Amino acid sequence: MAAEPVLRLKNIVKKFGAFVALHGINLDIRDGEFLTIVGPSGSGKTTLIRLLVGMDSPSEGEIWLNNSRIDKVPANKRPTCMVFQSLALFPHRTVGQNIEFPLKIRGVGAAERTARARELLELLRLPPHYQEKRITECSGGEKQRVALARALAFDPEILFFDEPLSALDYRLRKTLEKELKDLHARTGKTFVYITHSLEEAMVMSDRIAIMREGKLEQLADADGIYTRPVSRFVAEFMGEVNLFDVEGTAQGGLHGRGVEVHVNGQMEDIGISLGQGERGTLMVRPEFVRILESSGTSDFIVRGILRAEYALGSRIQYEVEAADGSRLSVEKLREDRYQGAIGDELVLGWDLDSTHLIRED
Amino acid sequence: MEGLDRKLGVFSALPIFIVLAITFLAPLFVVAAFSIMPAKVFSLANVPDFSAYATFLQQGYWKSLAWSLGMAFASTLLLFIVCWPLAYGMAKVFGKFTLVVTIAVVVSLFVSENIRLFGWVLTLMKGGLIAGYLEAWFGVEMESPLYTVPIIVFGLVYVYFPFMLFPLAQGIAMVPDDARQAAADLGASRWRILWEIDLPLAAPGIVVGSLLSFVLAAGALAESKLLGGQAVIVFADEIETAFTYGQNWPLGSALSMVLILIVGSLAIVGVSKIDLDAIMGRKR
Repeated sequence: MAAEPVLRLKNIVKKFGAFVALHGINLDIRDGEFLTIVGPSGSGKTTLIRLLVGMDSPSEGEIWLNNSRIDKVPANKRPTCMVFQSLALFPHRTVGQNIEFPLKIRGVGAAERTARARELLELLRLPPHYQEKRITECSGGEKQRVALARALAFDPEILFFDEPLSALDYRLRKTLEKELKDLHARTGKTFVYITHSLEEAMVMSDRIAIMREGKLEQLADADGIYTRPVSRFVAEFMGEVNLFDVEGTAQGGLHGRGVEVHVNGQMEDIGISLGQGERGTLMVRPEFVRILESSGTSDFIVRGILRAEYALGSRIQYEVEAADGSRLSVEKLREDRYQGAIGDELVLGWDLDSTHLIRED
Repeated sequence: MEGLDRKLGVFSALPIFIVLAITFLAPLFVVAAFSIMPAKVFSLANVPDFSAYATFLQQGYWKSLAWSLGMAFASTLLLFIVCWPLAYGMAKVFGKFTLVVTIAVVVSLFVSENIRLFGWVLTLMKGGLIAGYLEAWFGVEMESPLYTVPIIVFGLVYVYFPFMLFPLAQGIAMVPDDARQAAADLGASRWRILWEIDLPLAAPGIVVGSLLSFVLAAGALAESKLLGGQAVIVFADEIETAFTYGQNWPLGSALSMVLILIVGSLAIVGVSKIDLDAIMGRKR
């Protein structure tokens, strides 16, 4: 699946005075994919999208759209468009006029514009009479759909999204995430989405790019990001995770630092090994940690005391304090919940195939 | 709760309502009453007499009314064009420098209008500041622009500048930046953004500024007297003459009523078309 990149970023650097917001970003965006750029605030993702849509231009580097260089082209001359975080709907225009706006700018006739707006309302599952509705009378979710319809009316080569769901309540956000993914499939357009929520990214994206301090930390599909993060930063970004500092031993095995990790079995077979004295981080997600019966066994073992229990809805999260005082979290489905009480001594275990080793320089 | 709020609202508005009734509405009624009084009677116990209005129609007062309204319109239009870039700068570009501009414009209001206009007379008159220096330095002889219609319009633009500038800046400040950016992103050029986004969204400021400038300019007197040297007779001049030199109070009142009605209905139409709350601060 080596599709031609529709958008190619070559060594993009953006400086604001002495501050460097982006340190040489290289990124190929494939035609028709749903790519999400994720990062905490200050990671440079908003700066990056402003460069991508043309609201700002890079200090160094090139942006290529298909076969034309666009990094100096202003926003209104680019065949891409963006759904703003604020949505930026025009409050003095009706829903229909908002959707028709890009067509009007292009000089499309009134009848054709209205027809197209009607199609887009249908695509976004809004009733046709909304054409006459005022923007101020629309609910949050409806405004979202109108903004999408307006962007689609532009018929962009790439559709950018700048955290458009961040202001909505949880349930609506979840619904719209799925709708957006569905819309991507139906339109076949290239979507580039920016968010600070990796969870949101996981639901929708074909690929996820994680940004940190103006650099691309990792670019992978959702599975790769979740199970094989390249750094502690990425691992911790996606919810709860158990991380252990480890060091390679003379025998080519691992030795835990901080938490006492009992390692059974052979490491080399699955690529989990470190040279002597080399340091790394061992990662296991809470849902892969088992609470072992007295007779049970597993590749990794940690002993500790159950300190707290949190109900997360479908799952229960347990906080276990290891012998050296560090905390581990364990998650169980509600039906597999642990029957004991707070203060119990527990033996936790997990297997090699749910373990990932992070090597950082 | 809502009922209580409503009552409290009425009570809070009462003092200013009384003040306005005494200082604003009452004089209006007096003028209206005078306008339907027979000439040279000075008593309210008369049969209403509309001869003053007939005089307005018959004796060519409409000419000076047309001059007043025409020059008010021209100066309002010019003010809008002149003020827009500066107001835009104040609202969106200048940042802290806006305060400097504001102070500079407001300070000019500290000096009386007449004195400032006399300043212009001295500057522009034959052998005045400009003409004098031009002749001394370059040997160029210049006709004085004084005592013409354009210089009256210039005077109106100059005097009512702040009345257009500040409401306009306020209106432009209400245009959300992201709406402009979104319009650009969707392919609109600068001019299209101005037409499709800036002008409609700044409309409250435009209407308020235009109304203030127009209403004040329509009733202006000093500009035509001092700068225009009565090249044309403006309507306010006719009113003054009727009250003073002519000692015809009913005529003066009738002329005033005509102007009040025209200007008042313009104001009502203008204000009803816009959301005043948007510019004056949103209601709860």
